[in-house]
Amino acid sequence: MRVGLFITCLVDGVFPDVGDAMVQLLRRLDVDVDVPLQQTCCGQMHINSGYGSLALPLIKNQVRSFDGYDVVVAPSASCVGSVRHQYEQIARARGDERLVDEVLALAKRTYELSEFLVDVLGVTDVGAYFPHRVAYHPTCHSLRALHTADRSVRLLAAVEGIDLVALSLAESCCGFGGTFALKNSDVSGAMLGDKVECVVQSGAGFVTAADSSCLMHIGGGLTRVGASARTIHLAEVLASTR
Amino acid sequence: MTFLGIPGAPRGVGHLRGDEPFPDAAREALKNTQLRDNLRNATTTIRAKRAAVVAELPDWMELRAAGAAIKDDVLANLERYVLELEANVTRRGGVVHWARDANEANAIAVNLVLETGAREVVKVKSIATQEIGLNDALEAVGIGAIETDLAELIVQLGHDWPSHILAPAIHRNRSEIRDIFLREMPDVDPELTNDPPALAEAARRHLRKKFLSATVAISGANFAIAETGTLAIVESEGNGRMCLTLPRTLITVMGIEKLLARWRDLEVFLQLLPRSATGERMNPYTSMWTGAVEGQEFHLILLDNGRTATLADPHGRAALRCIRCSACLNVCPVYERVGGHAYGSVYPGPIGAVLSPQLTGIDDNASLPFASTLCGACLEVCPVAIDIPSMLVHLRGRAVEYRQQQSRLPSGESVVMSSLGAAMSSPRRWNVALRLLSLSRRVVANRTLVKFLPGDVSRWTKVRDLPSIPRESFRARWRHQTQAKP
Repeated sequence: MRVGLFITCLVDGVFPDVGDAMVQLLRRLDVDVDVPLQQTCCGQMHINSGYGSLALPLIKNQVRSFDGYDVVVAPSASCVGSVRHQYEQIARARGDERLVDEVLALAKRTYELSEFLVDVLGVTDVGAYFPHRVAYHPTCHSLRALHTADRSVRLLAAVEGIDLVALSLAESCCGFGGTFALKNSDVSGAMLGDKVECVVQSGAGFVTAADSSCLMHIGGGLTRVGASARTIHLAEVLASTR
Repeated sequence: MTFLGIPGAPRGVGHLRGDEPFPDAAREALKNTQLRDNLRNATTTIRAKRAAVVAELPDWMELRAAGAAIKDDVLANLERYVLELEANVTRRGGVVHWARDANEANAIAVNLVLETGAREVVKVKSIATQEIGLNDALEAVGIGAIETDLAELIVQLGHDWPSHILAPAIHRNRSEIRDIFLREMPDVDPELTNDPPALAEAARRHLRKKFLSATVAISGANFAIAETGTLAIVESEGNGRMCLTLPRTLITVMGIEKLLARWRDLEVFLQLLPRSATGERMNPYTSMWTGAVEGQEFHLILLDNGRTATLADPHGRAALRCIRCSACLNVCPVYERVGGHAYGSVYPGPIGAVLSPQLTGIDDNASLPFASTLCGACLEVCPVAIDIPSMLVHLRGRAVEYRQQQSRLPSGESVVMSSLGAAMSSPRRWNVALRLLSLSRRVVANRTLVKFLPGDVSRWTKVRDLPSIPRESFRARWRHQTQAKP
């Protein structure tokens, strides 16, 4: 099984440690992982901002980048959600039948990290060690678009030494929402304030999630109020060993 | 489908648009901490109730699919069903009127009331009449309109606007309601407390006199059944029943999308609606009437006001499935923070963000499709499975298109989006962009320098810190790693 790492533009440019963790973790599980450097961005930001036509070349590039890989794995529920749920709509709106077939084939073999581990590889204990108090924030796309949040929880629960604490109002959106964070920065800030308060109340030293984008927003809020909790991507927790 | 692309389908007018864009209205609303507390308490309670009664139905998903399919059939054959409804209402002694928009509907209703000589009317289930601004139109000719639904009465006495479809006074707590009653009800007990039963009793005494003296009632409708000509209203208080039965003249204002084709369709919606709306297995009062009963006059005003125009968009028309349950408002994290007034329309929340811009045309409500994080909570609870998140994305596209048509000069946002699009459509250019990003790390890390970055950055840094930018992108690291290998 040849696995292509769909790194996502945000991890590529801002959170390379998450990419390293993905590679480390997958190799530890004997996965033949490669990073096709043809990839850039999946186009979700353009699609969700109303620039669907600008996303078209990005969608085509995504298809070309992962041609020849059996499985595509990403450290993001929202980018996978875009490939799985939005690509087809854009391709159909263009009336490009060949592209429709290509994106459907890509969608079928594209997975978010935790569903790849649990559903494809069939592992829940990945041999990780992370002796810290951790709160899990189920991102909206993990929870409601891909329905994979339960897989993330099972993976975290199997980590040795971890003290997984409950996050109150966990299922409530953190307020990121891509360009929403800028266009409606006040509402976004109010939602972030509530999320930060819940993280602080949980007593966790780390808050983890399947999406770096939400974590960037939550992390920026945590440091702004001087909270001691830090954000860490799910892949980084799972990649940690003794 | 004959309605597709109807040239000049009328645009919705009335209370469907605000005075300012959503982000500005929301910023104001956020300052009201009392409002946020009221909303949080109310939506948290109703969310839990809804979840409990939905979970107990094993066939909820099937019911939901049936509800969506029934409504889609209605929308695809609207012309046939609406004529069938007209024929059946007329056959049973009712009079049917057609209103292309709010202004026409108001003119028809006002004339009907004037003909009766009444100076006061009682009203129930009136969101459609709030949409068209009927109370103002009546007042302009000296006719007083009394809202009889408790929450709408609170809104009316408070000289206020509904902030929720189902619970229009959700933004008020009981102390605020007591103060409104003390100020506005002429015969109220000056010792009135904020105890809910006492408040309800005060409203009951106030309204009872109105019911007994009113000769004209104006109502909305939850459903209208084409094959029988029957109209239906579901409610909790029984005030609707009084409005529908006591006055001599009944005038119903109904959006044309409220139709159901068959009597048996009602069974699906009488399960979906109360569970989604109030979190009840069944609502206390369901009133149905067919045409006019002896001694009563019945007028039905069929309202378009942008509905046909909405129907013309294949990616947006499913918004007309909406049965006004408000479940999407109650779960929406944005609505919960800002309340209904910020949306500027009588239809707030997620459904309002897709419905209002379609009823008015995107140009009048261009900021609403962006009033969402696309978190998906609305789709999850919608009893007729309206894919609100996808529809929001579709309408964002229409908003961007509209803006581009309006101005020869590209907006700042479209320049950023085009540049990013250009960088991202070529791996080589993307690589350069990532290098430039790494070079910016010292600026981004410096809180003083960050202040000089463009506006979007300051909107980010107002409440959050920027992440630190790494020395190297992931792909640069990967390249070193793979090249280092023999």
